[in-house]
Amino acid sequence: MRKLPLAALTAASVAAALVLTGCATGDQALSGGDAGGSAGDQIIIGSADFSESQLIATIYSLALQDAGVEVKEQFNIGSREVYIAALQDGSIDLIPEYSGALLKHFDAESKASTSEDVVAELEETLPEGIEMFEISEAQDKDILAVTEATAEQYDLTTISDLEPVASELILGGPAEWATRVNGVVGLRDVYGLEFKEFVSLDAGGPLTMTALLNGQIQVADVFSTDPALTANNLVALEDDKSLFAAENVVPVISSAKSSDTVEETLDAVSAALTTEALIEMNGKAAEGESLSDIARDWLDSAGL
Amino acid sequence: MNIDWIWANLQPIGALFLNHIWLTVVPTVIGLVIAIPLGWWAHRSRRGGVVIIGAAGLLYTIPSLALFILLPAILGTRILDPLNIVIALTVYTVALLVRVVSDGLGSVPHDTVAAAEAMGYRGWQRLLLVELPVAVPVIIAGLRVAIVSNVSIVTMAALIGIPQLGTLFTQGFQLRLIVPLITGIVLCVVLAVIFDQVLIRIGHVASPWRRRDVPA
Amino acid sequence: MTLFEWLTDPANWTGSRGIPVQVGFHLLYTVISLAIASAIAIPLGIFIGFTGKGEAIVAGSANALRSLPTLGLLILLFLVLAPVIAGQLVFVVPTIIVLVLLAIPPILTGTYTGIQSADEAAVDAARGMGYTRTQILWRVQMPCALPLLISGLRGSTLQVVSTATVAAYLGLQGLGRYIIDGRAQADFAQMAGGALLVALLALALELLFSVLGKVLVSPGLRRTTRRRRTAPTDTATAALTTLTAAR
Repeated sequence: MRKLPLAALTAASVAAALVLTGCATGDQALSGGDAGGSAGDQIIIGSADFSESQLIATIYSLALQDAGVEVKEQFNIGSREVYIAALQDGSIDLIPEYSGALLKHFDAESKASTSEDVVAELEETLPEGIEMFEISEAQDKDILAVTEATAEQYDLTTISDLEPVASELILGGPAEWATRVNGVVGLRDVYGLEFKEFVSLDAGGPLTMTALLNGQIQVADVFSTDPALTANNLVALEDDKSLFAAENVVPVISSAKSSDTVEETLDAVSAALTTEALIEMNGKAAEGESLSDIARDWLDSAGL
Repeated sequence: MNIDWIWANLQPIGALFLNHIWLTVVPTVIGLVIAIPLGWWAHRSRRGGVVIIGAAGLLYTIPSLALFILLPAILGTRILDPLNIVIALTVYTVALLVRVVSDGLGSVPHDTVAAAEAMGYRGWQRLLLVELPVAVPVIIAGLRVAIVSNVSIVTMAALIGIPQLGTLFTQGFQLRLIVPLITGIVLCVVLAVIFDQVLIRIGHVASPWRRRDVPA
Repeated sequence: MTLFEWLTDPANWTGSRGIPVQVGFHLLYTVISLAIASAIAIPLGIFIGFTGKGEAIVAGSANALRSLPTLGLLILLFLVLAPVIAGQLVFVVPTIIVLVLLAIPPILTGTYTGIQSADEAAVDAARGMGYTRTQILWRVQMPCALPLLISGLRGSTLQVVSTATVAAYLGLQGLGRYIIDGRAQADFAQMAGGALLVALLALALELLFSVLGKVLVSPGLRRTTRRRRTAPTDTATAALTTLTAAR
């Protein structure tokens, strides 16, 4: 252990050497455009780490390409905490978002719950350099779901019904839920729910669904547009205290890349997109159809 | 099993494959270039050797996902810049190869070094013209381990959205499809075998006096 | 919050998700995986080293095995096993299988190269003394193989400790929790703390192995390996075969 400071010093000098050489060579290797990030007219489209986000991002991408805009796809970035940072540091330029969750990200105290209120507050809250276009009527909310058996056993129909039994139940959701108002924190503060445990899984993906159906967790954060909800006879608990605000799909873009063409194109997409279409497309994706095929088919059927 | 998925996605898979190649090769080459002087130093100085090889071992235990994400905070790079992956893999390559280069130089027979010295080779000249060439088989063996490991480590970058073969894993997971997963794993192994064979050939060319292979 | 504040916050050291508990889970996954891997690789390595059978296959595939991407295997196993396995095991089994697969190559190569590296003069001497082949294996070749076997185990351990962080990707515990959660919550102090704890754990195990090497390996053997300079290439490559990679 006596050697540690020396070791640290060496490590630091190694790292410094790496940075110097790494940068020089790396930039050359990246001259294809990556290192330049959002330079030029190209729009880098990002997505969160779940398939619906990638699907909507794919729709944006195809629609923009059809409109003659140069795009680059950088999907599956991670949670909102990560991709908003990526949007702000120029790693990406455009990402499909959900209005309510986005608002809570910037203003944890916000009480807005209807689509209109959320949009009005978002207009005020979005930081410098980021703007949003028109919202779509399509919504995908976080919902708390339980299996049919659990709902019957504890007589659950609303989230409030969980209060007397929460201490016996394990809640599962994405890791970011542990610290989100739109998650564990809000469930505790608004509903007074103290679950036995919170298990970090994924954002309404296969892990969460498997854990719920296998009984590893009893209450799960899933998406309202997930076709697996009905396929598995899950019970969506009603959000009777409006913790989860309206979640309209909305494109969020860095102001530097916003243009009339981009705005018109994406507004047309948002105007045509519906919640039903999302559920249907998610169903196709779950059956293994490629996201670009699904996106292309929808664009065609919507006449875009 | 839905093999059609592969044909339908041939073009994106090809792009991911190419990305994977350069994300693996670039850091391996840079890593080797950095590891040679460090390994030489570790070989020459007993204390330096202990420190530098110990430090390399520690660097090697940093989980890759953590390094990918912490680098932007340390270096000020953009968080989704592939440069972060290149630097992280360079760190691992150096960590692995410093020890190998040092061992390789240690494998040069004393007689050879003495003969070189008697012929007037000194310092860098002796290192570049005599010791390194003789150490080639050991260094190549280490490089094979490094590049093949890098093929695997690169896939972790899928968790932070950098496109390469690992993207097939996260995609397959979200869509609950097995075909992309198997495709990705098979392509990784194929890529690794190709790199391995290329390095074996390079080793043969670079050390024509040796017949015997050093197993990796 | 800085890394230092995260590490010194008492809240992070207590409770069912505190650092001691996560270190415990991390060690648990590591020990289970290493035990299973050893149970497979050591007998197999002895067999290969003793009979020479299958050496070509193992030597040829050991390097390719390193390229097996942990993340892909983990997800594949999860998707394949999820419909078959019930309860908590659905997350545990894929994780352990992946870690076992990672741990096998270094132990296997360490064992068989160790047995093959036994000094031929010593083997000949034992034969001259009338030892049977089995006696030679257990009394001469195995003790000679110990340093490389331990070095293989050490390599596997480092690799497994570092890679066991993927357990958190499947919702399990362990130090990977801090890395995955820290990333999702944009909490860099937590992530850096997790990474540092993994490195410290690896360092602690490394020290344990160096002590183990001193206690278990015959002192006579240690002295000779120090002095012997006849075939340094072979010791260098043998050490290399047990070097670790991929997390």
